[in-house]
Amino acid sequence: MSGTPFIKAENLCFSYSIAEDGGLRRELPVIKNVSFEIGRGDFVAILGHNGSGKSTLAKLLNLILTPTSGKIYIDGRDITDPAITEDDIFEIRRKIGMVFQNPDNQLVATVVEEDVAFGPENLGIPPEEIRRRVNEALAIVGMSAYARHSPHQLSGGQKQRVAIAGIIAMLPECIVFDESTSMLDPSGRKEVMNTIVSLNRDRGITVLHITHNMDEAVLADRVIVINDGEIFLDGTPREVFSHVGELQSVGLDVPQVTELLYELSVDGIKMPDGSPLPRGVLSEEEGAEILRALL
Amino acid sequence: MSDTSSSKYIIELKNVSFVYGEGTPFRSEALTDVSVGIERGTVTGIIGHTGSGKSTLVQLLNGLIKPQSGTVLLDGRDIWADPKKIGQVRFRVGLVFQYPEYQLFEETVWRDIAFGPRNMGLPEDEIKRRVSEAMAFVGLDEKLADASPFELSGGQKRRVAIAGVIAMEPEVLVLDEPAAGLDPMGREEILGGVWSYQRRKKSTVVIVSHSMEDMARFCDRLIVMCGGRVSMTGTCADIFRQADRLTEIGLDIPQITRLIFALKARGVDIDTDIYTIDRAKAVIEEMIKQKRSGSRC
Amino acid sequence: MLKDITLGQFFPGDSPLHKLDPRTKLILTTVYIILVFVARGAPGFAVILLFTLAMIAASKIPAKIILRGLRPLVFIITFTAIINLFWTKGENLLFRLGFIEIYSEGVLYAVLMVLRVVLLLLGSSVLLTYTTSPIALTDGLEQLLSPLKKLRVPVHEFAMMMTIALRFIPTLIEETDKIMNAQKARGVDFSSGGIIRRAKALIPILIPLFVSAFRRADELAIAMECRCYRGGEGRTRMKVLKLSYRDLVASVIFVFFTAAVIAANVFIPWLSV
Repeated sequence: MSGTPFIKAENLCFSYSIAEDGGLRRELPVIKNVSFEIGRGDFVAILGHNGSGKSTLAKLLNLILTPTSGKIYIDGRDITDPAITEDDIFEIRRKIGMVFQNPDNQLVATVVEEDVAFGPENLGIPPEEIRRRVNEALAIVGMSAYARHSPHQLSGGQKQRVAIAGIIAMLPECIVFDESTSMLDPSGRKEVMNTIVSLNRDRGITVLHITHNMDEAVLADRVIVINDGEIFLDGTPREVFSHVGELQSVGLDVPQVTELLYELSVDGIKMPDGSPLPRGVLSEEEGAEILRALL
Repeated sequence: MSDTSSSKYIIELKNVSFVYGEGTPFRSEALTDVSVGIERGTVTGIIGHTGSGKSTLVQLLNGLIKPQSGTVLLDGRDIWADPKKIGQVRFRVGLVFQYPEYQLFEETVWRDIAFGPRNMGLPEDEIKRRVSEAMAFVGLDEKLADASPFELSGGQKRRVAIAGVIAMEPEVLVLDEPAAGLDPMGREEILGGVWSYQRRKKSTVVIVSHSMEDMARFCDRLIVMCGGRVSMTGTCADIFRQADRLTEIGLDIPQITRLIFALKARGVDIDTDIYTIDRAKAVIEEMIKQKRSGSRC
Repeated sequence: MLKDITLGQFFPGDSPLHKLDPRTKLILTTVYIILVFVARGAPGFAVILLFTLAMIAASKIPAKIILRGLRPLVFIITFTAIINLFWTKGENLLFRLGFIEIYSEGVLYAVLMVLRVVLLLLGSSVLLTYTTSPIALTDGLEQLLSPLKKLRVPVHEFAMMMTIALRFIPTLIEETDKIMNAQKARGVDFSSGGIIRRAKALIPILIPLFVSAFRRADELAIAMECRCYRGGEGRTRMKVLKLSYRDLVASVIFVFFTAAVIAANVFIPWLSV
């Protein structure tokens, strides 16, 4: 990481105000005093069960929601500053693109390429430049062949890739995927995850991947577990997934290999040299090596 | 076939084919000559890609669509023998669609769950019994009965929708991706609830799912679909043993089974019939115990 | 099934008519419609008929599809014919049966009126709906109406709404299909009972459909904001509508066409109505 972190949140709080019977309003805290930093080019998975506040957190980052208190700095700039202008907000939204859960509800146009052009058109970019960006973005997500198709002819995974292209065409520095895989079938998931990984690895785009799927979280460099509006765990996938009991207690899963080795060590099984079984083992290959040593 | 073997199946498909948009340029064959049976009193899982014909199969089971050829037998009787009575079939085979929470419409949870039983023309006290029983099965608090279904959380809405079909007390309960989009806890609640319902009611349940881990845990038997045909049927052990064939048609096997295969590939002599964590743990602990007692002798 | 219904009547193709700028087509269609109403005599109608047939040929759309497009109007056409046939009184009685009298003027009226309805439909569909994609149509309308923006008419917003509606029609149709099936599985019967029972059976479909449409609208609005949408102000377009030599040629042809129809009206108003 060089210099200032790309995203920095300080004592971030957010609460919804809900109407109670009798007209009174009650504050329902969703994000409670959360602080974190995310470096440029990082691939961070944000893991949490439904209602943990993880999606709210994402919407705070590009000011779709405004924090109740606390500060958010994007690229060193305080976006929670009340003096921020509308133009600044749109610049932040350009920098931090968002891909949502339901692939149908984020495509605007009746033709794929027109939809990808939607963002750049909003930015007021000249037509030839939009055309160039649209073609490039569709190529990056592997959807060039579908440029003239209508979105309703596409599969869920393909629609999500079009949505990603629509964001890429705005040349963002960071993309937030807000449960973008949760409505897809396994092959759609794979398509989208491959796209996400390559955007991060090959193009250096900072990725925040919000999910409750641990297999996807394993692909990230860092996993932040959110529970009840607070950061519950934060570390590499290996570190985070070594806390099997804690994760299960907040309604999350771990990969089956991790769980098996954890269960074995709970039953008192040790490595042949008497050392405890390694924790946070994620791949079946590594798991198989350990089990071979045991048997 | 003898009578005893035909009564093993509560639903049986014989040479069923189904084509969408017959006679239009959009014609597509969804099922081709499918013959398969759903065993009475079991949890049967249907697995396959999107487009393998799973959803079509599911809609054939309760007569939402009519096959162009072949017969669908419910308890040995052709469900299309009298098309006017197809409504009765839909009460006997309850179908829960994907994302069923989007079908809720009543003012209260209670009324929404009572909608199906009411359409069946049941007496009021019977409806009452069924609704409260169904709510208990899916783990919905009695207190929610008067709430609006639109105010509930996603997982709760899903459970209301499933309760709405359970309350019809179908002989066969068919669920298309009941846990799609839910977090691990939500999955557990729904699938666990359906499983315990099946065990207590001794009814028949059919689940369509993409999650091999879930299928391995909750199903007795599996039907594997591929390209509009049934490619394999059998117990979970029968199916997951054929890991190569599953991989060939692009389906996964549970990670735990992959681990055991990786272990076997490393020369460890282990039973590969393992597809749940509990069983893997039991087998491995047993092997460790044997190894220790063996080395002591 | 519901989703098999083809939406809009656009038939993709690359005929000269398809390639015209939507703005040109919108204007020329208006001119065409006016001419159909202005024409009075049989020669004028003959000119329009010939011209329309030439357009159909140029559009390369199969005659079968075009005829099929007339099918929903069979009732109106028959109605027009009967009204004109029986109710027109004239001097030249052709036929009498009881109180029914048919005059030669009635026959002429009926033929020309039917021709007027048919031409209206054929011309506007070939020139506009069959050969212009809904999105191009919306773009064309937005551009043509853009002077109204000065009068604070929300032209861009209107066009955006059209686009989104077009985008979501297939999605909502599919959704209706799904909800209908789900409610059928809960014992709703859509195909029997009286009109009130059938109307009541729609409630379990309409409510979920509305709820879902609002949810979609909400999510779409957020997604659009995230993609920096803030109305038409400062917005550019990837595809800029450009007039080409084709539009000039088409306009010139239309000038001759208009002149021919007017000339026929003025100089040879035979059998005029």
